[in-house]
Amino acid sequence: MADTLKPDVAVSGRVDRRRFLTWVVASPTLMVAARLGLDVPSASAAEANATGAGEAVTSNETALDLYIAIGSDGRVLATLPRTEMGQGITTGVAMLVAEELDAGLGSVEVRSADADPRWLIQLTGMSSTMRYLAGPLRAAAADARARLVTAAAHRWGVSASSLSTANGEVIAPDGRRAGYGELAQDAAGVWLPEISSEPKDPSAYTVVGQPTGRVDARDIVTGAARYTLDLSIPGAVPVVVARPPTLRGSLQSFDASAASAMPGVVGVVPLPTGVAVAAQTFAQALAARDALRISWTLGPASQLSDADIRIKLRDQIGPRPLAPLFTLKTLEGRFDFPYLAHAPMETQSCVASVVGNRAEIWSGVQDPKFAQREVAAALGWALTPQWVTVHPVRAGGGFGRRFFTEAPVEAALASRALGRPVKLMWTRNDDMRHGHYRPASHHRVLAYIGPFGTILGWHHRAAIPTVEFPHGYGDLVTAIFGELLPELTSALFFTLTQHVPYHFGLVSQELRETSIPIPTASFRSVFTSQVGVANEIFVDQLARELGRDPVALRRSQLKSNRLKAVLDKVTLEGQWGRPLPPGVAQGVAVLEEWDSAIAHLVEVDVTGAEPKVLRVVIAADVGLPINPKSVEAQLQGAAVDAMSTTLSAGLHIDAGAVREGSFADYRWLRMKHIPAEIRVHFVRSDDRIGGVGELGYPSAAAALANALARATGTMPTRFPILDAGA
Amino acid sequence: MPAYHFTLNGEAVSVEVATDLPLLWVLRDVLGVTGPKYGCGVGVCGACTSHLDGQAFRPCIQPVSGVVGRQVTTIEGLGGEGLHPVQQAWIAEDVAQCGFCQPGQIMAAVGLLSQNPNPSDAEIDAVMSENVCRCGTYVRIRAAIKRAAQALRDAGTGG
Repeated sequence: MADTLKPDVAVSGRVDRRRFLTWVVASPTLMVAARLGLDVPSASAAEANATGAGEAVTSNETALDLYIAIGSDGRVLATLPRTEMGQGITTGVAMLVAEELDAGLGSVEVRSADADPRWLIQLTGMSSTMRYLAGPLRAAAADARARLVTAAAHRWGVSASSLSTANGEVIAPDGRRAGYGELAQDAAGVWLPEISSEPKDPSAYTVVGQPTGRVDARDIVTGAARYTLDLSIPGAVPVVVARPPTLRGSLQSFDASAASAMPGVVGVVPLPTGVAVAAQTFAQALAARDALRISWTLGPASQLSDADIRIKLRDQIGPRPLAPLFTLKTLEGRFDFPYLAHAPMETQSCVASVVGNRAEIWSGVQDPKFAQREVAAALGWALTPQWVTVHPVRAGGGFGRRFFTEAPVEAALASRALGRPVKLMWTRNDDMRHGHYRPASHHRVLAYIGPFGTILGWHHRAAIPTVEFPHGYGDLVTAIFGELLPELTSALFFTLTQHVPYHFGLVSQELRETSIPIPTASFRSVFTSQVGVANEIFVDQLARELGRDPVALRRSQLKSNRLKAVLDKVTLEGQWGRPLPPGVAQGVAVLEEWDSAIAHLVEVDVTGAEPKVLRVVIAADVGLPINPKSVEAQLQGAAVDAMSTTLSAGLHIDAGAVREGSFADYRWLRMKHIPAEIRVHFVRSDDRIGGVGELGYPSAAAALANALARATGTMPTRFPILDAGA
Repeated sequence: MPAYHFTLNGEAVSVEVATDLPLLWVLRDVLGVTGPKYGCGVGVCGACTSHLDGQAFRPCIQPVSGVVGRQVTTIEGLGGEGLHPVQQAWIAEDVAQCGFCQPGQIMAAVGLLSQNPNPSDAEIDAVMSENVCRCGTYVRIRAAIKRAAQALRDAGTGG
């Protein structure tokens, strides 16, 4: 459940040498907050305080990353500005806190924080949760432990350094014990810890790094886990919205007389995005929605279908640049990727209650502060977003879709118009046909070959409709840019994330942004889901041209030792080059991103009516895998995404409308398509914490495409390859 | 409106709703039973899968009038006091990611194992391919079903 940030009056702080600032928040119990970096005024105040000389950090506006609190019952509560969408962060965070505190994993609860400007970055995405928060988490928990030990030392009149901790207790050499709960109040008053509050060395870890089951598994398997529409908010009525037949079409006029007379109907209200119908049950609301008579204005993309979009994208590519000197041969590859819907299992949804000048929102949002601003703006409160409380709720999948906040905006407007709380649900059709999509794209990759098979250059030009980042990268500055200069924000993200990991001579990659009035969003792996995939497919084409083994070519040109190590591992574990029957082949691909490196080996059988993936072998270097089970789950899931979108799942645009409406025609893979094994092998180069959420998609897709090319003799260039309707 | 009587998770219930109201909305909106999820409303995703007289079915496409006098079991009623072996296997294999489809997956798996205590991979795939998991947990679902099948067989033989 969500949690509201406590009044922030710090009484004591200290600076961890690893550049995390921690401080104690005034509270009847022990509460330690933490943030990254010391480059801000309040940090220097805290530093002075840590030496016992300065004032406490008392600003009510102190920015922070997270806080942990220890209750008098010994329960540990970690509150952080992130949303659980299935990626397992609640378990990973609980493990880090339990590790540093020496508390039982079961005693730690992790909550998502309500929207609040004091959270430095409140956005769940860019594979950032563990990369960004592990440091402050460790610092805060280690600080809390030091204060608990100090409190016990004072109570017993012994030296703090003589005490140890285990399983939520401080233990004296003579056997005396005190639980954290009974020490928490005293610990809150400890001015200076008398033992080091340095986090543990990873070599001492006993919890972190161990394969650990999810802390919320029992809730999920019993049906007790609550998603947005499972919340019981008194008086909230079901609401659905009639939407235009084309993307971003608008309401011209409507007649609700028949709908309003239907059983159970509570009210009908127009919204900027359609017509909302409230009823006693969703079934009644859906029936009444069907009875509305509505005239729509066509949306801005109503002149565009797939073929038009492909032409628009291809037109962006332009003539070839000059080849590098001594080029004897230029290879060209062209690739087309489709629009993709995120299609989370839980459709967009929101519970909202607007009363007077206060709004309360419950929704599985990936960026609660953006939701807060958007709802406030829609209600005419742009200057007072604090009138909107946003409680992030466990989400049934996100994948980038829940950065956008149409459901909270619609729910807030409907609640105000109806004068009562509402629970608003998008149908599956709504979710598929009115989404923000991973954009379609067209790519030209050029590889320049010189004398003796040398690779002189690599040039990639990608035509991609602008990816919308109105939420920015999680902070207000990039959010402002994202809103005002969407093209620039999209281009910046391209530059920041797109790299060619090989010694390929003169390398350049260009984004040609294309303005197409179809809503877009980040999708797992963002640009790498297209650019990185096309590159890795074309590396295989280059190997074919040079008559070289694709693994050997990669091995000889890779810049990064981490990539070489995961490639070696995957070819060993996957038995690269083993004898296979005709029509069965292997493919490999690699990726380094978000401080992690990964290689995939895929075996595919093309002898049947449709290609069948037989085996997926993965080698990943994510640095320190906080929870190997969770990392494995993310990589397995991303492999399923990659197989789905490479083979069979893609959207079609027909005159500005999305053709696919459910999992019946948006052919995400089912169990029967999935190989018996998707095996993950870990390589660990160091203890850095790499990102995991997006890591597993691009090289899985490319390795599958490469296996298909080797099995059929034809390099796939248009995805999904089983698309009969394109 | 007519009253409909049926048994829900072992208890007699009575609801006054329209004849054609799909059971999913009776469960969720009228009775407050939220384990069965809405994923598509047309019987293609399986997120609402529950049991009718012990057989897996889709409450989103089942009018309430068709369950009169029958036993409806949702994920909430599966385990009784403890956890069903399939739920235990789901935890042991750490299946869930977002978890939204998992009540339906578990109810489908229980339905499968009640018909076929020792399913092959192909038999598991045939039944379970009716349920979508967008997080891609299929490999672990398969492993959990095998683990549960073994546990159920062991229990059945007193082992």
